[in-house]
Amino acid sequence: MSWFIQTFKSSLGKKYIMAITGFLLGSFLVVHAIGNSTIFWGREAFNSYAHHLHSLGIFVTFFEIGLYTIFFLHVITAIYLFFENRKARGGKYEMQTNAGGRTWGSRTMPYTGVVIFLFIMIHMANFHFVEKTEVVTISDFVTKVLTNPAYTLLYLIGLSMLLLHLSHGFWSLLQTLGISHPKYDEPLRVVAWAVAAIMGAIYILITLLMVISRTQLL
Amino acid sequence: MASKTINILVKIWRQNGPLAQGAFEEHALKDISTDMSFLEMIDVLNEWLTRKGLEPIAFDHDCREGICGMCGAVVNGIAHGPDKETTLCQLHMRRFKDGDTIIIEPFRSQGFPIIKDLIVDRTALDRIIAAGGYVSVNTGSPQDGNTILIPQHVAEQAMDAAACIGCGACAAACPNGTPMLFLGAKVSQLALLPQGKLEAKKRVINMVMQMDKDGFGNCTNERECENVCPKGITIRNIARLNREFMKASFTIDH
Repeated sequence: MSWFIQTFKSSLGKKYIMAITGFLLGSFLVVHAIGNSTIFWGREAFNSYAHHLHSLGIFVTFFEIGLYTIFFLHVITAIYLFFENRKARGGKYEMQTNAGGRTWGSRTMPYTGVVIFLFIMIHMANFHFVEKTEVVTISDFVTKVLTNPAYTLLYLIGLSMLLLHLSHGFWSLLQTLGISHPKYDEPLRVVAWAVAAIMGAIYILITLLMVISRTQLL
Repeated sequence: MASKTINILVKIWRQNGPLAQGAFEEHALKDISTDMSFLEMIDVLNEWLTRKGLEPIAFDHDCREGICGMCGAVVNGIAHGPDKETTLCQLHMRRFKDGDTIIIEPFRSQGFPIIKDLIVDRTALDRIIAAGGYVSVNTGSPQDGNTILIPQHVAEQAMDAAACIGCGACAAACPNGTPMLFLGAKVSQLALLPQGKLEAKKRVINMVMQMDKDGFGNCTNERECENVCPKGITIRNIARLNREFMKASFTIDH
């Protein structure tokens, strides 16, 4: 197994961890976005979706454990890479000019990452832990949280940061895994961006919907 | 085009040794011909410093034709200066305007310790090459030229990667100070050709391990490197490196 450890301890290996976990987290976000879209159809559809999901029982727990593992692998590796890369820079330049490669997304990856982490913690406290401890109908506390202006603002900030993170992340993970060719690099970049944008738009629309139509889930 | 002259202010990094505290020094230069190359401008400054009994600025240079990879500095925040696919020696003063302030700094990366002023120690790149950037060839009588057939487009790709002159601008421009573009090019130029394929797996693993040993960072796909590369090496080579390393790690026999 020493080769396995050597591979994933190397600079490229750590990036593979980021790319693979990033892809899996992104895939979860797609499924989460599709599932939550039932909110657009109102109370019945949304509660029924939640009910069916929960009826999977033990599989939900397995899935959660898997997701936590992937999430913390992504976060811990990112923290490690951030400090390693900061040290490797070997001093800042007096004048730093963008040569044309960096984007807002790529430049802010570690920082948007921190905001997303905090956002997810709040999001979990809002919904996930409440759901585990209290006996309430899911649509009721979604309404309670998302009709609160403070939370609306918080969610919009968190979601925009997520969108910015993914604007670099999706394309970057493909490049890290070696999926790049002049034939499709440009289209792939557009597609990666579009996927992030569509997903971000769904989440943002849900947040806005709860503000505009406060009785959506009642 | 008629030659003209400009007056500029040069803000240049001075540092006496690897451990010495460095600082910027300002020099106003008058009547600099726009036909001069950037290095000739530094030559003029050094002449002036020498005549004044001051220490001239130490900088690396060799061929001054843009092919050796010896020169390089960060000019106004961009490695090798503002021109695309141009080494520092091929940058000309016509690129600047009268009254410009030009900030000149050494290539910075944890793996490139400063020796003096603008000269940095890039032997870390040599160590990466020594770790595997070669093909083992048995000596003896030469092979017939057409024994190993290589398709034209493959030869072209290998040649594009082989254009890397190892100047280190990729690491200097990288927010993480890593020469991944260099490594990508060096791995690609051999991995693409039949002669290099034999040792491809061992090569890529050893070269990546060596890069990590020298304290370089991790690629985050910022694409700054390909934008400063004087030889136009693209990050397609980094993608190939990523593939080669993964393939090698999971399939090497020992």
